[in-house]
Amino acid sequence: MSHRLPQGGRLVNRDAPVGFTFDSKRMQGLEGDTLASALLANGQGIVNRSYKYHRPRGILASGPEEPNALVGLGQGKRFEPDQRATTTELFDGLSAMSQNAWPSLGFDAMAVNQWFASMMPAGFYYKTFIWPRSFWMHIYEPVIREAAASGLPPKEEDCDTYEHFHAFVDLLIVGGGIAGLQAALTAGKSGATVMLVEQAAHWGGRAPVDGAEIEGQPAEVWINETLQTLGTMKNVRLRTRCMGAGVYDHGYALAYERLTDHAPEAEGPRHRLWKIRARQIVTATGAIERPLSFAGNDLPGVMLASAVRDYVVNFGVAPGHRTVIVTNNDDAYRTALTLIDAGLEVPVVIDVRDRVNSPLAREVSRRGVAVETGAAVMKVKGKKGVEGVMLCRANGTGGAGAPVECDSVAMSGGWSPVVHLWSHCGGKLTWSDENAHFHPDPNRAPTGAEGEVFVRTAGIASGAMGTGSVLQDASAAGAAAARAAGFTAKSAAARAADAEEAPMKPVWVMPEQALPELRSKMFLDFQNDVKVSDVQLAAQEGYESVELTKRYTTLGMANDQGKLSNINGLAILAGSLGAEIPQVGTTTFRPPYQPISFGSIAGEARGEIFQPLRRTPMHEWHEANGAYWEPVGHWRRPYCYQQPGETIEQAVQREVRTTRASLGLLDASTLGKLVVKGPDAGRFLDMLYTNKMSTLKPGRCRYGLMCNENGFLSDDGVVARIDEDTFLCHTTSGGADRIHGWMEDWLQCEWWDWKVYVANVTEQCGQIAVVGPNARKVLERLGGMDVSRQALPFMGWADGELAGTPVRIYRISFSGELSYEIAVPAGRARALWDKLFAAGVEFGATAYGTEALHIMRAEKGFIMIGDETDGTVIPQDLGLDWAISKKKDDYLGKRAQQRSFMTSPDRWKLVGLETLDGSVLPDGAYALGEGDNANGQRNTIGRVTSSYHSPTLGRGIAMGLVKHGPDRMGEVIRFGKTDGGTIEAKIVSPVFYDPDGEKQDV
Amino acid sequence: MSDAMTALNGASMQGPVAAVREAALQGMVLLRGDLADETLAAVVKDLTGCDLPGQREMVQAGNTAVAWMSPDELLLLVPYEEAGTTVASLSQALEGVYHLAVDVSDARALFRISGEGAREVLARLCPVDLSPAAFGPGEMRRSRLAQVPAAFWIDETGTISLVCFRSVAGYAFGALSAAAESGPVNFL
Repeated sequence: MSHRLPQGGRLVNRDAPVGFTFDSKRMQGLEGDTLASALLANGQGIVNRSYKYHRPRGILASGPEEPNALVGLGQGKRFEPDQRATTTELFDGLSAMSQNAWPSLGFDAMAVNQWFASMMPAGFYYKTFIWPRSFWMHIYEPVIREAAASGLPPKEEDCDTYEHFHAFVDLLIVGGGIAGLQAALTAGKSGATVMLVEQAAHWGGRAPVDGAEIEGQPAEVWINETLQTLGTMKNVRLRTRCMGAGVYDHGYALAYERLTDHAPEAEGPRHRLWKIRARQIVTATGAIERPLSFAGNDLPGVMLASAVRDYVVNFGVAPGHRTVIVTNNDDAYRTALTLIDAGLEVPVVIDVRDRVNSPLAREVSRRGVAVETGAAVMKVKGKKGVEGVMLCRANGTGGAGAPVECDSVAMSGGWSPVVHLWSHCGGKLTWSDENAHFHPDPNRAPTGAEGEVFVRTAGIASGAMGTGSVLQDASAAGAAAARAAGFTAKSAAARAADAEEAPMKPVWVMPEQALPELRSKMFLDFQNDVKVSDVQLAAQEGYESVELTKRYTTLGMANDQGKLSNINGLAILAGSLGAEIPQVGTTTFRPPYQPISFGSIAGEARGEIFQPLRRTPMHEWHEANGAYWEPVGHWRRPYCYQQPGETIEQAVQREVRTTRASLGLLDASTLGKLVVKGPDAGRFLDMLYTNKMSTLKPGRCRYGLMCNENGFLSDDGVVARIDEDTFLCHTTSGGADRIHGWMEDWLQCEWWDWKVYVANVTEQCGQIAVVGPNARKVLERLGGMDVSRQALPFMGWADGELAGTPVRIYRISFSGELSYEIAVPAGRARALWDKLFAAGVEFGATAYGTEALHIMRAEKGFIMIGDETDGTVIPQDLGLDWAISKKKDDYLGKRAQQRSFMTSPDRWKLVGLETLDGSVLPDGAYALGEGDNANGQRNTIGRVTSSYHSPTLGRGIAMGLVKHGPDRMGEVIRFGKTDGGTIEAKIVSPVFYDPDGEKQDV
Repeated sequence: MSDAMTALNGASMQGPVAAVREAALQGMVLLRGDLADETLAAVVKDLTGCDLPGQREMVQAGNTAVAWMSPDELLLLVPYEEAGTTVASLSQALEGVYHLAVDVSDARALFRISGEGAREVLARLCPVDLSPAAFGPGEMRRSRLAQVPAAFWIDETGTISLVCFRSVAGYAFGALSAAAESGPVNFL
């Protein structure tokens, strides 16, 4: 059973106990513990149930590679699932809940496990999807969902804040072990700006645990001295609890800083996502130890040998009293020595190698530990934890095995460099037979735009295995990166020796000839419950590609992304296929290295500032006057203004009636306004609009249509000619930025020699439409300029003043009423709006929203971009031939509109529609034709594009596109309803109100 | 100009190491033209007292300034009341010279970010190297502020002025405030 040792633990403070709970059970740890070390100190062997088979699982590792110990951390507004106990620093009051503990952590569910095991072979998802089909929905899916439930999503809103930070450095060095420190020291001396990030709370990595010596002293001394030196360098920035998460093109990298996870009540943001631009990136990311594949290697108490060392040395915690060590390399012997030094028992070191004669092995033997060479673990005994192992020969089938009693097992299958960040942006790997691992190939490094190398590796991440080699390699990498960033750098590594170690021996299955019964208990991917037998089955079923095998078996697809299982899994696959490991290759490494919080990705973008909201100068007035909002692009526009007791529909009808009868005011500020100026401005607009703008006289306005190259309507609006060289083009509210871009595109890419400048001045002016029979009177009340029909005729504009405010007034009408659109500097728009209302009181002035605007334009038969158009409609479909110039040689869309399909008389064309019973046609309803089409669907001959109840006419009115529509005036056609019924409507002119336009031109 | 208002009516906030406030009305004139044209340079100098700025630069003279916005665009900063006459004067003086001058004072919102944490406030929101070595007085930087376009410059006291579109003033103030609520990063 795991326990706290009476002494030791370089990272813990024995005088500072820390209280926490696990599954509501009160426990005590020490300041400096991780949640994992504290759980082990409390003898909590089982921390989880496995994903598929619900086998009990304990802590396997000591770092981010941990597959089992995932917990739900915190409560309420701070609850977060899937947090790794091994990378969670303990704090007072921490509350952790085990996940996937069905039916319970302690319950012995072996019988259930067996049932599950037979039900879920490799690819069981795919297989059960197919046969039998009904089983999926009724049996597999509900059971699997219940059984395989992982972390639960938080229910409450996160109370913490998060932020981003943009950093620009010459060098980003990821990893603060001795390699990262050495690289930073060398690079820092060159004067380059260096950012060194370390995911853990401590510097130095595992060198102090492994007993490394540098410059003749314990590594810790050198680490502290180096930190001190780096701290004095103004060009070096050091950050702990900051993980290099991803490397992207052009030296872009993400780092994930956990600021208050260890102190949740502290001020400030919880996480900070660093968006880093680095000239050069050095990854000093270390290596991860591989598990060995023997039956029962997932039982609580089986741990990576290096993790055992970490817990003893760093935290003064032992995984057991009696630990069997099983290894294929010398490094695990260090664990034996560490355990003996801590006063713990090591009954045997089981080494698969036939002969071992190295200083480490000799030292272990000298300390009285039996070393069994050419040996293997046949299986681990125990149900909820390790009770012993069965020892056997490494090269056989296992036979009966000889029992060895123990309560924990430390295993080591060799070390794999952490190559993730190197690989994110295209760095390639090379297989090392000597170390049985993939390491970065410096000749195939990630390269930048100029083909230059921009990522380098340092230390064991490069495949350098000894302390001396690590420092040499890291210093060289730091120097090379600094030089590549344009500095003069010389490599000068701290002196250290490489320990003398015997070669390791790759072993992928233990024992070598293990039979299926054993192989189906050897776990490769602990988190997704993938076993040796699953990968072998996949190979048998024809999966040769490692990427497909991964997806078929789910090997490496859990949130540890296969940090422990990748190499072992693909070695098994290679073995089953009779191929070499490098031929099989690896799966793709993708960022982030470890999961990062959604909060950090969102940064500040939440709540009020989740997305930019565009407000007009009158926004607050609308808010205060019952606006029911409608999003238009990023703008919010009032759909209508509800008075107390009014429904939305009633408000809309009132707004229309008041405007038609007397006076309405509309905030039209969102309308796009583009100034187009230059000697070629007229020629330019002639190309952009279907009609001729160059003939427009200064002081006059003209409605225009814009089409794209395919002839389809894209935008519309009124163009005013300001002077000989200058036009003001109004666009739709949502179209301003797009049309501005469209104009710049043509000017910059096609007609680059035309002398035209465009500026988007949409927000310079607030725009107020003053509409209705009393519109002129209210302006006259304000006074300041002549707004009579003679001075300011329909489709004219004039500059002047209203009530002392400088304005430009356009006499344009989108409602069919007498109408003035007043442009006023945005800073003064609200004041003018208020003055208009004050002066309009006697006329019952009402503000009206977008829906009233829509109804009034529909009553007039004016089209709306987005209603009558949908990207497939040409102006000719809408009867807008009058707005298409016949005199122009060309305009955008002209040739497209001459194509046979565009000129077909069978195109659906715009008409008005009146229901026979006066009801409102459903928007978007299709007109029914005769018979069915080839797919058995009813033929259609048209559709409704706009449909409203007209308060002016007291009936439903609609516009629609109907085949041969304009030739069928007076005909009654039928439209389908969603309830299966039909509704009859008569084809009429789309102009329902004041067809001669007398009201707007008074 | 009694009734002219800024977008946020002078909103302000104070964070632990930086403050954000909306500045008073500022005259801004957008001028597009051939920046190599001697007449244009002379007219700008005459009106503002400023030489033409080089790429990404900003030249100041008293209460006016001229900033480089793009290879054919300048931004003239003048007192708010003078923006209209500046446009008129430019149009008159540049008669016959291909150009575009428009008053954009009301299309913009202007913020000041001050305090020792000012640079780090912006570094949270803008993908820009805000270290003193890379960004100092005399430079005009066009970038984005979180999700909206923005342009900014820094003065000798370390106060940053930031311009964005008026309609998103509330968003910009919200984003700047959120960033300024945070303590020092100790990076810049």
